[in-house]
Formats: sequence, structure tokens, C-alpha cells
Amino acid sequence: MKLWRKPLDQDRVMIPHGEVHIIIERCKGCELCVTYCPCDVLEMSRIFNAKGYSLPQVDGSKDCVICGLCEMICPEFAIYIEEVSHG
Amino acid sequence: MNEELSNVLISKEHPMDDYLREDRLPHIWCSGCGLGTILTSFVSALQKSGLDRDKVAVVSGIGCTGRAAGYLYLDGFHTTHGRAIPFATGLKLGNPELKVVVISGDGDLVAIGGNHFIHAARRNMDITVICVNNFNYGMTSGQMGPTTPTGARTSTSPYGNHEPPFSVPYLAAASGATYVARWTSLHIRRLEDSILEALNKKGFSVVEIISPCPTYYGKKNKMGSALQQMKYYHENSVIRHGSDPAESGIDLGGEIVVGCFINKDKPTFLDSQKRSV
Repeated sequence: MKLWRKPLDQDRVMIPHGEVHIIIERCKGCELCVTYCPCDVLEMSRIFNAKGYSLPQVDGSKDCVICGLCEMICPEFAIYIEEVSHG
Repeated sequence: MNEELSNVLISKEHPMDDYLREDRLPHIWCSGCGLGTILTSFVSALQKSGLDRDKVAVVSGIGCTGRAAGYLYLDGFHTTHGRAIPFATGLKLGNPELKVVVISGDGDLVAIGGNHFIHAARRNMDITVICVNNFNYGMTSGQMGPTTPTGARTSTSPYGNHEPPFSVPYLAAASGATYVARWTSLHIRRLEDSILEALNKKGFSVVEIISPCPTYYGKKNKMGSALQQMKYYHENSVIRHGSDPAESGIDLGGEIVVGCFINKDKPTFLDSQKRSV
């Protein structure tokens, strides 16, 4: 993540990191999660589900910070984030 | 499937499945339809409100939005067309401890159910109304309704609608509602806060939500996919809290005034009844 200045509490605050879970059979490929992810973590893949909708996937070069926007904006209850522990 | 999605975990259950009848999912709403997002915001607001699930009942009428009650794992009823508010009124009067929520569409609430809507607001029944406005009758192939903006094309106004539309916040405010807000299905966080506020409000609270209809209204008016309609909301919605609901009318392709218009306190129907009887 790009920082414009070094925050004073950088050593204490850990940026949360999440992993994306997708329920394949529910997704309808509307691309809302991909468009509105503020960190551009998601991208459309070339893989289709049984109904022929293309599915989102994660662009490995960017990190999810668990803002939860994809989970909220998904009209299909098909995507959610779980936090990865730093240990 | 030969290839695999990169860096994604495949799952079968969603954290909100507790509140949903997951055996009915995936739902029948079109790809990109705002109704799913609105349902997510509602479930999220309900989780935050800390209300006892056994004390919440959801009532909905007919139409695309009418299916919301059937997807929620709460006490609910799918009423006949336009009669969601009368049913909810009876439910509230029969069991005043219940938190009664009406989730229904513009065609159901302000067209055939228009009289029930204004009279429940006049009486200040203690119910929460979530009115999803997609400007047309989506389930029956996109006929024009009372909220269709002037000039908009629908399957029953192919040359453009020549009638002036209702503005739901203005109608609710003029009829005496105690809480009136409008958001679009893009303003998910603010919508969630607004639904939470409406749930906690005593009296007739109305939240109107503008939702994309990519299949009919969007296609007929060349507004593109749901994604493009969401971009339109992003560019054209203006947040004006406390502004006059009389200025909340929506023109075709014009700006959408959103925000909380009215938030006041007034004795509810049951309060007044207790005082006088």
C-alpha cells in the first residue's frame, strides 16, 4: 500500500489482511465488486459457473484490507472476506 | 471447470446465511439488480440493531421487491398486491411488541397501495417502510408506474411518459411520516445507517431506495447495464440532509437528491389511542 508520509503509529498499527471467499453457484457476474473495490483487489476471470456467468478472482499483486465493501455491495450474497491472522 | 480462480477460496456458506433462507438462493433477481444489495444492507442493519429476531416481522407485497420477505429467515408474510401496509398495521396492532418492517416496491406501495401508504403515515403507525424504487413494474416486464419520470420510455409508454411522477419522500412527508430518507443502492453504508435509524425510530418511518433495473427500465431508457446505472448514481446523486422534500423530484437523467429529509418525533397511533381511551 502506498503511504504519502510515515504514520507516527506505524509500528503499532497492523494493516489487516483478508482473504476472499466466493460462493460460485450464487454469483451472477454483475462486476459490482470488481468495479467498486477501493484497493482494486478483484478482477474478472475467464472462468464461468454452471449458469454461464463469469466469476471474479483476486489479482495477486494487491492486498485486501477488509473494508467489506464487496461483501456489502454484492447483490447475491456470493462474496465475503475473512481476516488472516498475522501470526 | 478445468481452470481455477486465482487466490480465491471457494465457499458454500455466507456469514449472513443465518438471516436468509439459503435453500432459496441464488435468488431470482436479475444480475446487478439493486434488490440484493438492499437486502444485504437491511440484514446488516438488523444485526447491528441488536433486535431480537423473534420480535421482527417482515411484510412485503407483490413485485420483484415482494420476494424479499421470502428470502429472509424471519417471520414474514407475502401479501396481496398493495396490501402490505394494511397487513403490517394489523400485525402491529395485534402485537405491539413486534417490530414490523414493510419491504416493498414503488408500484406496490404508492400505486395500488397509495391510499394505505398515506393513511398509515397520517395515523403515524409505528412501522418501518422500505420502499424500493426502480421507476417501473419490473416483474411484469416494465410497465410505467406512478414514479416513472416524465419522458421515460417503458413498455406501456413507448413514446415517453407524459405524466408527472410522484416523489415518494414528498408524499411521505406531506402525509405526516416521522422519518423520511432516500438513498440509492450505491450508498450502501449510509443506507445501512439510515435503515438502522428508521428501525429505531418510533412512528411511521420511510426509507426510499433508488435501485437499478437493468432488464427493463435501464434497457428501454438506454441507461446501460446495472454497473452503468450505478455509475450514473455515483455521478448524479447529491446528499442534502434536511432539505425540503418538495425539491426531491427526479427528472429523467437529472440529479438525484438523497439524504435524510425528515426526522421528527410525534405520538404514534397506539400512543394517541392509549391516551384517549
